[in-house]
Parts: sequence; structure tokens; C-alpha cells
Amino acid sequence: MDKALYIAMSAAKNNMLGQAIRANNLANVNTTGFRSDFEQARSMGVYHGDGMPTRVFALTETPQTDFSEGALIQTGRDLDVAIKGQGFIAVQSADGREAYTRAGSLYVDSAGVLRTGNNLPVMGNAGPMAIPEFQKLEIGQDGIVSIVAKGEAPDALVQIDQIKLVSPDESTLKKGKDGLLYAEEDVEIDINAKVVSGFLEGSNVNPVNELTHILTLARQYEMSIKLMKTTEENSQASARLLQSNG
Amino acid sequence: MNPALYISKTGLSAQDRQLTSISNNLANASTVGYKRDRVNFEDLLYQVQRQPGGQSSQETQLPSGLQLGTGVRVVATQKQFTGGSLQVTEQSLDLAVSNRGFFQIQLPSGDTGYTRNGQFQINSNGEMVNSSGFLLQPSIVIPENTNNITISQNGIVSASLSGTPDPQELGQITLTDFINPSGLQSLGGNLFVQTAASGDPQTGTAGEGGLGSIIQGSLENSNVDIVEEMVNMITTQRAYEMNSKVVSTADQMLQFISQNL
Repeated sequence: MDKALYIAMSAAKNNMLGQAIRANNLANVNTTGFRSDFEQARSMGVYHGDGMPTRVFALTETPQTDFSEGALIQTGRDLDVAIKGQGFIAVQSADGREAYTRAGSLYVDSAGVLRTGNNLPVMGNAGPMAIPEFQKLEIGQDGIVSIVAKGEAPDALVQIDQIKLVSPDESTLKKGKDGLLYAEEDVEIDINAKVVSGFLEGSNVNPVNELTHILTLARQYEMSIKLMKTTEENSQASARLLQSNG
Repeated sequence: MNPALYISKTGLSAQDRQLTSISNNLANASTVGYKRDRVNFEDLLYQVQRQPGGQSSQETQLPSGLQLGTGVRVVATQKQFTGGSLQVTEQSLDLAVSNRGFFQIQLPSGDTGYTRNGQFQINSNGEMVNSSGFLLQPSIVIPENTNNITISQNGIVSASLSGTPDPQELGQITLTDFINPSGLQSLGGNLFVQTAASGDPQTGTAGEGGLGSIIQGSLENSNVDIVEEMVNMITTQRAYEMNSKVVSTADQMLQFISQNL
């Protein structure tokens, strides 16, 4: 059988993988703070010595995550924070490492630990942040958490801790298996990063872009199938030729 | 099978949940003391199909790998305890809590439920009950010949009885707060019960120790913002449509291969 069949097969298979990446972006079009993944295909040559370099397989990959900003959504909740411009909130991931996220729907759990909406502790100046009982909590522009403790007058605002905001070089960040972003080494706090409380940042997925790519991939896939069909017809034709001569 | 099928399926079911929560919020847009729900989405696990930096030949490495996300899931529904607007009703047994705090209600099971709905009534024994007839705790009994009931900001209930010039103190309504009210479990009927996530109830005098004060003759409206819910409904519907478009595209691809090969 002609190798063209396998080349076309690799194209169809990788188109499907590419669609999986796009479909994941589209499934997360309403996920707070979600960053979409890029999808691209690379040509992988398989050459055996001399001859025409015709055996080039397709290889789908996710080269990077798109760090452009999503729309700000006003919620009016004190514990919702969105990051202005670049920067991330440092959280402690399930395996204890420091990870970064833009999803700022925070809450205080029953033990007084400040956590993100998906239950990860938010990092303060020294590890996860513990918040005493409060009647009012404010998160300042620079991530400083101040509270009016239970039973105090409204002017008795005390600073508790500062949310660790970081702005690492985005090209060094990698998305982990849990969807959080990880740096190779822990990043220092960036005092210039700013948050705005009462807002959440939406997903940065552009649905039109994703849907168009999914449709393009579908057409490309169909062309690969057509190619498989053509190679099948070719081999049928050659089999027929040999039969009639025999 | 095409992985996109299953990924968009997670998208469809998540948007479906979101719509359920939006419709529940909208249905309760005028429920006294209702707190709106928000659905929190989270991206599902990623599968590393090819590690970045894998060898592409003996001397060269692939600069980037292939990581496939597997979709989205609803991680939590979060009750939002922002205040609702106050509605003045002039009814002496309509109470609102100005800031943090819940009224305690004795449930038929004997447990304590918590509510922000201050529409109280009197049962045949003269006890203060909520609209379902469950007793307010601590129990307040109102005598038969009462002309007028006054409830102070600290929750002291006093009644002026006919034939008696001085008002008589009947008891004091206390309020309860939780460190994480979003962790309370909703029972329906405007009631919440404590969970491990909410923390233990801390009961105290209204207006003291961070608790809000009680406002007589007012009710707290639902904190549902109709415009916000409508906008969320639009984004949910469109996201649903696009995810279903992916399902149909993936379906057509599979149909195409089975028909053509």
C-alpha cells in the first residue's frame, strides 16, 4: 500500500487532536479566569537516506497559552478580585507547590483560610493566609487584605496580610495538568501588580476564533479522508490492471 | 472516537447547570431574604500526550508538547451574601437584618435553621413563627391583649398591653453569624443549615460584635440582579450553542469517514 495512506491518516488523527484543544477552549468559554491554549501543527519529516523527502507527518501541539486579558465582569462582591493588566494570584496547588491563577472568586473557609473558588489556599506574605473573624473585609489595589474585626468600630480597619501577586515572564509559565499555571521556580511578589475588588475576569476565549478553527480542522480532516479514499481507489485500480493481465 | 465530542459534552452539561442556577435566581427575584447562587466553573484535568522537550531525533528536541484539556466542570455553586435592598412594609413583625447575621428558626427536626427572611407571624399560641409556622428562637410569646409591638435594633421585643401604661419586655431576638456563610447548606423555604464548611454558629446580640442590627417594619429583598442574570443567560445560551455546534461537527466527521472509506 502507498505510504500516502499513512500520511493522510496522521493528518486526520492530528486534526482530531487539534479539535480537542479547540473544543476544550470552547467548553471553558464561561470559566472565570480561564486562559485559552494555542493549537498548531508541525510538519515532522521522516527521511530514510537519499530520495524525495515526501514522508512528512503532521504533529499537533500546544505551544503556549494565550495570556491576553478577558473581559471584566462586575459582581459587587468584596471577595471577588480581578487583576488589572498583567499578573497572577499565587495559590497553593493540591500537591503543595505554588501555582498561579487569574480566577479571583475568593472565599474564607470555616478555618479562616482565604481560598479560591476551587478550594485552593491563596498565598500571602508567608504561605497560605489565615483571616480572623471579621465583619467587613476589604481587598486593596495592591492585594492588601484588611478587615474590621468582629465587634470593632468601622474605623478599626487592620491590615492582615497581602495577597501574593506576581508578574512572572509569561513565556516561562506552563499550564499544569490541573489547569493552573506553574513557573519553573517560585516567583517573587510584584508590588506593582494591581487588583480591583468587586470584579471577576472572564475567560479570554474568543468563541468565533475557536469555532472557525474547529470548522477549518473538520474540512481539513475531510480532505485527508478523501486522500485515503483516493489511495484506496489507486490500489484497487492497480489490482484490477494486474487481474485483467493475468 | 473524536475527543472533541466528549469535551464539548462537558461544556454542554456545565452550561446546562449554569442555566438551571440562573433560572432559579430569576424565579426567586422577589423572594424575601433570598441570596443568589453563582456557579463556579473550573477546567478539567489536562492530559499530557507529548511532553514538551521530547526527542524528535537523536540531536533535536520538540520545542513544545501536546497537552489536551478535557473540558469544564461545575466546581461549586456559591451563595452570594451581598445585601439586598430594604423594602419598608410598616408591618410590626416584618424584620430585616441590616448587615451580617441570620435569624434562628427551630426546624421540626429539632435542629436550628437560619434565615434572612424576616416575615414573622403569630401562631395560635401567640408564639412568633416564620411563614412555614416554624418557631423563632429564642421563643417570643406575645400576649393576647397586645396593642402594639416594638422591636428595638438590638432585638428587644416589647409590647404595650391594653390597660397597662408601661410597655412590657417580652424577650430578645438574637442573631447568628458564620465565618463562611457561603458554606451554609440551603434547605429551601429560605432556610439554611450549618455545615462543616460554614463553621460553627456564633450567636450574639444584634448590633454588637459585628452582627447587623434588626430593622422593624422592613424586609430585605432578594439580592438577585435581573439584568445581570439576563446577561448571564445570553452568554450561557450562546456558549451552549457553540458547544453543540462542535458536537455536530465531530459527528459529521465520523459520519464522513464511515461513509467514504
